[in-house]
Amino acid sequence: MSLDLSAYRELLVALLPELVLTAWAMVLLLFIAWRHRTAGDLRATGWLTLAALASTAAAVWWLWWNTARAQGLPGMVAVDDFRWVTDWLFLGAAGLTVLVSFSYLEREALLAPEYYLLLVFATLGMMLMAGGADLMVIFLGLELMSVAVYVLAGFDRKSPRAAEAALKYFLLGAFASGFLLYGIALIYGATATTNIALLGVQVSLMQTPNVMLLAGLALLLIGFAFKVAAVPFHMWVPDVYDGAPTPVTAFMATGVKAAAFAALFRVLTEGFAAAAAWRDIVWWLAVVTMAGGNLLALAQRSLKRMLAYSSVAHAGYLLVAVASGTAAGRSAFLVYLVAYTLMSLGAFALLAAKGRRGESDVLIDDLAGLAAQRPWLAFALATCMLSLLGFPGTAGFIGKWYILVAATGAGDNLLAALLVLASVVSAGYYLPVIMAMYMKPEPSDGAHAGARLGRLGDAAVALVVAGLLVFGVWPNRLLDLAQAAGDSLRPAATAQPPSPGR
Amino acid sequence: MYARWVLTALLAWPLVAALVVMLVPAARAKQVAFGASLVELALSIPLWWTFVPEAGMQFVADQAWIAAWGIRYTVGVDGISLFMVLLTTFLMPLSVLGSWSYITKREPAFYALLLVLTTGMIGVFIALDLFLFYVMWEVMLIPMYFIIGVWGGESRLYAAIKFFIYTFFGSLLMLVAIVVLYIHVGRATGTYSFSYLHLLANLSGLGPLAPWLFGAFFLAFAIKVPMFPFHTWLPDAHVEAPTAGSVILAGILLKMGTYGFLRFALPLFPAVALSQPVQAAIVALSLIGIIYGGLVAMVQPDFKKLIAYSSVAHLGFVMLGIWALTLQSVQGALLVMINHGISTGALFFLVGMIYERRHSRLIDAYGGIARVVPLFAAILTIVSLSSIGLPGTNGFIGEFLVLLGAFRTYPVAAGIATTGVIVAAAYLLWALQRVLFNPLDKHENEKLTDLSPRELAVLVPLLACIVWIGVYPKPFLRRMEPAARHLIEQVRPAAAPAQSPALGAAP
Repeated sequence: MSLDLSAYRELLVALLPELVLTAWAMVLLLFIAWRHRTAGDLRATGWLTLAALASTAAAVWWLWWNTARAQGLPGMVAVDDFRWVTDWLFLGAAGLTVLVSFSYLEREALLAPEYYLLLVFATLGMMLMAGGADLMVIFLGLELMSVAVYVLAGFDRKSPRAAEAALKYFLLGAFASGFLLYGIALIYGATATTNIALLGVQVSLMQTPNVMLLAGLALLLIGFAFKVAAVPFHMWVPDVYDGAPTPVTAFMATGVKAAAFAALFRVLTEGFAAAAAWRDIVWWLAVVTMAGGNLLALAQRSLKRMLAYSSVAHAGYLLVAVASGTAAGRSAFLVYLVAYTLMSLGAFALLAAKGRRGESDVLIDDLAGLAAQRPWLAFALATCMLSLLGFPGTAGFIGKWYILVAATGAGDNLLAALLVLASVVSAGYYLPVIMAMYMKPEPSDGAHAGARLGRLGDAAVALVVAGLLVFGVWPNRLLDLAQAAGDSLRPAATAQPPSPGR
Repeated sequence: MYARWVLTALLAWPLVAALVVMLVPAARAKQVAFGASLVELALSIPLWWTFVPEAGMQFVADQAWIAAWGIRYTVGVDGISLFMVLLTTFLMPLSVLGSWSYITKREPAFYALLLVLTTGMIGVFIALDLFLFYVMWEVMLIPMYFIIGVWGGESRLYAAIKFFIYTFFGSLLMLVAIVVLYIHVGRATGTYSFSYLHLLANLSGLGPLAPWLFGAFFLAFAIKVPMFPFHTWLPDAHVEAPTAGSVILAGILLKMGTYGFLRFALPLFPAVALSQPVQAAIVALSLIGIIYGGLVAMVQPDFKKLIAYSSVAHLGFVMLGIWALTLQSVQGALLVMINHGISTGALFFLVGMIYERRHSRLIDAYGGIARVVPLFAAILTIVSLSSIGLPGTNGFIGEFLVLLGAFRTYPVAAGIATTGVIVAAAYLLWALQRVLFNPLDKHENEKLTDLSPRELAVLVPLLACIVWIGVYPKPFLRRMEPAARHLIEQVRPAAAPAQSPALGAAP
């Protein structure tokens, strides 16, 4: 199915997933306005949200199945496999977050169904970010996502920490948006376009590097680096992740990060493939982020802050995939992202099970003896930790292996070596979690009696663990999918430059 | 028929058994595990007869795994890995039996981990696909980590994490090297594959990359062996691990390092491995290991630590034998690998048995117990003598062959290594004297009970092997010889052309 994006009707088809989700958001708004008092209403909203995400995923699948492709002049949205895969990822992350949130919201007495609505809007923003073929669409998606997540971060109104987190996130996020927007403006000034494909053509035709373009690119990178939490733009991460309700943290660490990375990939690949300058910048960002994230995580005692810094470290690994700048790098990025989303969501969900009141006070040592009392919970958390560590048999290893293949394939053996050295450091903070659970005696008999997720949360964690193990041993399907999606982003160098007469 | 499924069965059976062990009632766990490990042994024994020494790789099984990325499940056995597989299957039932009364908490988990560990270890020895090899190499880390960390001694957490991180560090760099090889050979031939034979056949033109890649493999294996100065994890891990853990650690895990040198580091990078500085460095480190390991063992107050350091010395012989690269020395190295598994395994069992009675590993806590526990004393003496390398025991054959072979390549080094045998005699005989023969001056020791039938059942097979290899090593040597010869023929000429142009270019 080829879609001419300049025709209204076909543009609507190309936007079908986003439209479905928007329609659902309206339904949810009406529903919430009608019923928003009891825990039952909250649950009903949750189920409606799941239905919304599922039907959107079905819409994505339908387009995917019909191998939808754009035709004619470049439009505002991309129609390619990369978009479908990332859409599914965002929807999956949101779905798992909803499952974990069911019992969490009731337990923490956050009886406001708007939570789910914000989640839906944030997901919509992510889909626009990853699917935007124009810098303006990406920016709009980013704002839609960010505003919703600012509110979600401060969703626990009674908690001063959550308020602090939200404010911090908002202020710094606004700055980052400013950088991004100014970068877009400069790029527009240099090339007279915000369309990524046209931008790519312009960049590839430039004989000498254009200072305005490079400045715009640098600002763009800063804006994205903030969103993906790359060192040195990670300062907000520990406090925000720590203060936000744990399911929201999980969503931020996976969905938000994934969306920013997806947009970054599209912009750099399709727009700036010909401008070599960003490779060095991203290379150094990757190195600094891996080193910084891992070393800082090593010093944490609180489980939530440790996971926050570990998410910074993982942003570094993903940046290695970005730095390779090849199709293999894009595929590796997608594989790693799937693995990372699963393991990170799982880890935060299990933290939510263990903790109370925001979980910022759960120390790693508080997990002592968990294995004896709650063996399945401990097994799930151990699997997530090993996967985060990149241990064979888990999806995390496949992801890391693929990134290594991409990096060495691009001739960057040094970066690959630095990546594994950083992973060795990470053993220093993932293993103590396993150690505490399995090798230390429980402090008291009932120490872990309250560690519960609710039935749906359990289901979400079971899904995560199954996914990690299945993809760890049998990743063939995932690898094929990622390869197809990675290939679907095309650098402008292969595109036809416009004929001089036009 | 047997040839096609046996290796896969050896890998799969322990995993199935581990599941069963977790499901049966806790009290039955050890019986089931023992039965399972006996079945595993029974499965592996026909390998000994059906193995054809001259035929190279055999019992090969090959299946696509992640086909699009050239990752296959390929396993096979040759004269080098055959003995490692058999040693593993031979030590496992003994380890289960040796843990019978030692392990008292969370028994099902312990035995299940032992069985998973079996799969990992056998997998390392038979993998012919570098991806599979890496996976197995890492997979065996986790069970061992848990065995040390959950059932170990007082500072088990420290020992467990040290063991894990040391190994992990080396092996991750090896992973990068494997991936670089994969990309390099894939570019050159157009076929991207992790297959060992494919990489081996097509590896050329590495240029300045080769020393780095060799370095990565070297680090992973040298940590595992362990060579001086990468050995510091070993005493901690050995001392803290429960008896079965120490036995497997010494008996099999350390051999993975030397096996890795024989299978990967030498054949893949012969020019680097046999270049002058690398040769000098490895021979020097081996000698330091032999002498230093022995001297440090001599001053250990803790019997288990003494044995741990003696492992450093023994593995030094293996490394010397491998790098000397003569037929005798390589065969000797292989034999020392087997002997060390048997003798040191037996020593760890014996220390574990006496520890169960007295709850002390300190040599000073004993003295004169030969009169109280004569059977124990007799066996400890025999095993110690075999570890020293007394003629008539297995230890003699292995070390003698290594020294004989090494003398042709490195006469001075072989001379120095010979003194290592004397050091070994010194520390072990001295320890024997202090434990068994001095006056019986501690009251706690007067009530010690002698070995039980179960403990004898653990030790007798080991004693039998000590005598068998010591008196009639020919069946072993005959099966090793073609593989050792093949290795030398593979490595020597491949190393030579890289050196001669350099010489020719010199003014």
